[in-house]
Amino acid sequence: MTKGKIVGLEGSFAVAEAVRMANTDVISAYPITPQTHIVERLSEMVADGDLDADFICVESEHSAMSACVGASAAGARVFTCSAGQGLELMHEVLYIPSSMRLPVVAVAANRALSAPLSVWCDHSDVMALRDISWVQMFAENNQQAFDLTTCAFRIAEDKDVLFPTMVHIDGFYLSHVIEDMVLPEEEEVAGFIPDYKHPFVLDPDKPVSMGCYGPPFIYSETKKAQDVAFDNTRPRIQEIWDEFGELFGRQYLPVESYKMEGARVALVTMGSCSETAMLAVDELRAAGVDVGLIRLRLWRPFPFKELREAVKDLDLLVVLDRAISFGMGGPVCSELKSALYNKREDLKIVGFIGGLGGRDIQISEFKYMVTQAQEKVKAIERGKEVETVIIGVREGGGR
Amino acid sequence: MGGEGLGWKDLEIGFVVTEPGNASSYKTGDWRSERPIRDNERCIKCGLCYIYCPEACIHEDEEGHFEADLYYCKGCGICAHECPRNVIGMVEEKEE
Repeated sequence: MTKGKIVGLEGSFAVAEAVRMANTDVISAYPITPQTHIVERLSEMVADGDLDADFICVESEHSAMSACVGASAAGARVFTCSAGQGLELMHEVLYIPSSMRLPVVAVAANRALSAPLSVWCDHSDVMALRDISWVQMFAENNQQAFDLTTCAFRIAEDKDVLFPTMVHIDGFYLSHVIEDMVLPEEEEVAGFIPDYKHPFVLDPDKPVSMGCYGPPFIYSETKKAQDVAFDNTRPRIQEIWDEFGELFGRQYLPVESYKMEGARVALVTMGSCSETAMLAVDELRAAGVDVGLIRLRLWRPFPFKELREAVKDLDLLVVLDRAISFGMGGPVCSELKSALYNKREDLKIVGFIGGLGGRDIQISEFKYMVTQAQEKVKAIERGKEVETVIIGVREGGGR
Repeated sequence: MGGEGLGWKDLEIGFVVTEPGNASSYKTGDWRSERPIRDNERCIKCGLCYIYCPEACIHEDEEGHFEADLYYCKGCGICAHECPRNVIGMVEEKEE
């Protein structure tokens, strides 16, 4: 069941198509590499009359998100996108729509953080956004970039969610790559994302105060309410993905696996490099290694239950991080250890860092990680300290 | 009152406040370490204290004198500083 027509689209254009088909009311964004093509395409659509939206040309990402907050508070369907340093400049404001429960939708074309200046992909920008209480998910290809952006509107605006939602697409690997994908019919997308009504909007006839001051006597209660509400979004996210799967034939899960039957070892990835990891798993399986792949689709709220289920028969997890938490190691690896602590004492978790600032990760490197991780497990069992390795990093030191 | 007794389950979605203007129920008088006292015998009823009060908590009584509403008065002392006749003094609040 693959409805729609097959087209060749750049990842950025796929996102723009999803935003157009969602009949978005307000777009407020500032261009930054590698997200620029999304904004360019959307401004073109608005200028050509293909999308009846207000396109607000702001002077910074801080303003972009501020305008999104205002427009969303007025009840509009709102979209923005950014990357790397832009997300950092936006950072202060990102906490506002989530605590005010405003369903802003954003796409991040993931990019490394300065210095040194890099426009290329890694997940440093994502890792700086872990605590913003936005629903966050990862796409691996352009089809998923379209599908997940479409789902993001439904998820964010669902009355049992009402949290802003962000789709992560790897900068350049998806944003600038043309792939074939299925573009659904507009009416079907419109049917999937009906108009929504927020329980509280800026309305002179029904005045409310938003974004109020929270003195010490009430702040803890607000954060508890936010945390519980955010935790409770998990079942609705899955139900909406199930509904999308029924309608469009592509099913999404918080934790997705690949060739996990009988696996004792699994690689863990997020984003576009998952497809490279799949090829590595194919080759390793052909060579008789019992290895599979776990891909984290949903990043926030963290899919504890699904992760524990996915690892229940494993001896070893090999985690790839595309970012460093300096002084701590790989952030995804740390979170997986935290999520599985006290649940699986016998499961070893070994982390690698790779793909920083646009450095490609090859099939051979995923295969190296799997064999190296098994060596590291032996070292851990001998009581040795094991440092986190950056894949392919040159040592030098000969000068 | 400003919701001191509310639990997290009592809060509206997004912490929206549905009662317009309820900031007026928020007591700022307990921030005060000094309170203004005035000598109305020497007061010329010029109203400068009323104009300068940043909390807008000073009101005029029927005789044309001015009084701070201690529910809101933070004890900043601007009224005492601005009074051209020096009829306003600040005295320390005592534990009751």
